[in-house]
Amino acid sequence: MRQGEVVLETRGLSMHFGGVRAVDRVDFALYENELRCLIGPNGAGKSTFFKCLTGQLRPTAGSVVIRDIHVTEREPFEVAALGVGIKTQVPNVFEGLAVEENIWLSARRWHVPARARSLTAETLERLRLGDIRTSPVGRLAHGQRQWVELGMVVAAEPWLVLLDEPAAGMTHEETVRTAELIREINRTATLIVVEHDMQFIRMISHLVTVFHEGRILMEDTMEAISADSRAREVYLGHRA
Amino acid sequence: MTLARDVRGMLAVAAVGVLFMLVAPSVLELFTIINLTTAIALAVLALSLALIWGYGGILCFGQNAFFGIGAYAYTIAAINFGGSSWAILVAILVAVAFAVIIGYVMFYGRVSDVYLAVITLTVSLILYSLIRRTSGPDYKIGKSLLGGFNGITSPPINLPWDSSFVLFPEHVFYVAMGGLILAYLFTSWLTRTHFGRVCVSIRENELRAELLGYDVRFYKLAIFAVGAGIAGLAGVLFCNGVGRVTPDVFNLYTSALTIIWVIVGGRGTLIGPILGAFGLFYLTSALGTQSTVNNNLVLGIILVVFVLGVPKGVIPTVADWIAARRSRRALRVRERRMRMRRTRGGSGAGVGAGRGSPDGTGAAARASE
Repeated sequence: MRQGEVVLETRGLSMHFGGVRAVDRVDFALYENELRCLIGPNGAGKSTFFKCLTGQLRPTAGSVVIRDIHVTEREPFEVAALGVGIKTQVPNVFEGLAVEENIWLSARRWHVPARARSLTAETLERLRLGDIRTSPVGRLAHGQRQWVELGMVVAAEPWLVLLDEPAAGMTHEETVRTAELIREINRTATLIVVEHDMQFIRMISHLVTVFHEGRILMEDTMEAISADSRAREVYLGHRA
Repeated sequence: MTLARDVRGMLAVAAVGVLFMLVAPSVLELFTIINLTTAIALAVLALSLALIWGYGGILCFGQNAFFGIGAYAYTIAAINFGGSSWAILVAILVAVAFAVIIGYVMFYGRVSDVYLAVITLTVSLILYSLIRRTSGPDYKIGKSLLGGFNGITSPPINLPWDSSFVLFPEHVFYVAMGGLILAYLFTSWLTRTHFGRVCVSIRENELRAELLGYDVRFYKLAIFAVGAGIAGLAGVLFCNGVGRVTPDVFNLYTSALTIIWVIVGGRGTLIGPILGAFGLFYLTSALGTQSTVNNNLVLGIILVVFVLGVPKGVIPTVADWIAARRSRRALRVRERRMRMRRTRGGSGAGVGAGRGSPDGTGAAARASE
């Protein structure tokens, strides 16, 4: 799995809030075409790490490099402009706008009107949102809103996709469908997925990075992590 | 389909405006026409805030700062140039330039919504205090004295090709109405463009717009500047309607009134705030002729009632109400048809009765299809 070039790398990445070291000197590397999961108990620093990658937080120290470009001091829109698709933990969607307009706004950012329209239609079909395309997103169920956000990520045709808890609050059936979709995205893009749901991770992942107290505890396959005593202790003991 | 209906609505509003522009001067008295010109100018100001607050999500509490700057810039430029055509352009550009400067600081400094409202209001009040203190011969720009709290007499608009042909008040009405219609068509068009939709998406969720790769700061600044330009135009029309410009364009009353027009008319629509401005202008005029109730008290009550009872404003509330009625009726028709089918299937009787029902269900069903 680990071949090709490193597309995303952090060196000594730290994020402190007052005295709390949410992320503490993390060295992390992601290779092209990888599908990496980040796991860890609550407060392990996954989401803070994620926000540092996407420009939503300015790290206290260290650097984030995406394809040889330093993005540490960049704004989120500049990170997105590198071809990075981002889905946040709490669904961030345009509540008052129709599903299709949500998707279109993403597609239109990088494409001429005609291509944006066809890309929007394709995405609606791919995510099975066709029936509700004219509904305002604010009226949809939680799982559907998550998919609208995924649709926005996909419609931009990113080469690097960062997803924070994409299956949170979904029914089992929806989760399975989301896992399928993520594997499909992985055919053309490199992914990082922050997740809580162990079953979900088993469905999609090859390599898993375990966070604990702001640091990387270990990096391995899900089977190896399940078997590891330290990992079980911090995280898996009570779940799997 | 929905888009086509949208465009039809916009053109219908513009057509009504044109009709009003052509018919009003021959029907109404001159005094009413002059008064209307002022109301139209305020409606353009309302439209500018409808754009940046209702669509851009930027609560600018001092939209009248750009309105006042437009009025002053026009008056000073027209006096110095000895003609109005370039002065109108200068007024709009000065308003835009001013907005770009304070907007750059606010948006690129990522000032949050509440502080933005406070800053814009403060800017307007500072201008009010400054201009009030400019009495006397020392304060002048070129040939134009600033005049302190008395203000300056505004030269009326002249024909673009002949600065000695000055427009009469009834002609200024055409200019104002034409300005309102063009500003309405322009803003309607703008809110339908990619740029306009991005601004709406920023109103809905700033972080998401940013994560899609849109530079939120730039879009906010741009729509803010466009709104300021329209407010500047409103200022030009206003000082032409009233005949002079005084520091009162910058005062708190005007700031608050602009917000109230938009709240009453409805955010997220363009026609709502325009009608809100007209409605409240005539209401306050009517209240001004009596002395039983205080004018400001009534405006305050209207504001409270709308914020608590009709938070969306008149036009969106009416639109929702019509949509709800329509869907309820469609639902009723569908239910009735189902019931009919069931009776038909059950006994085979009453088929004819169901079809040509005397209560008009058949007609309603056809109409809804």
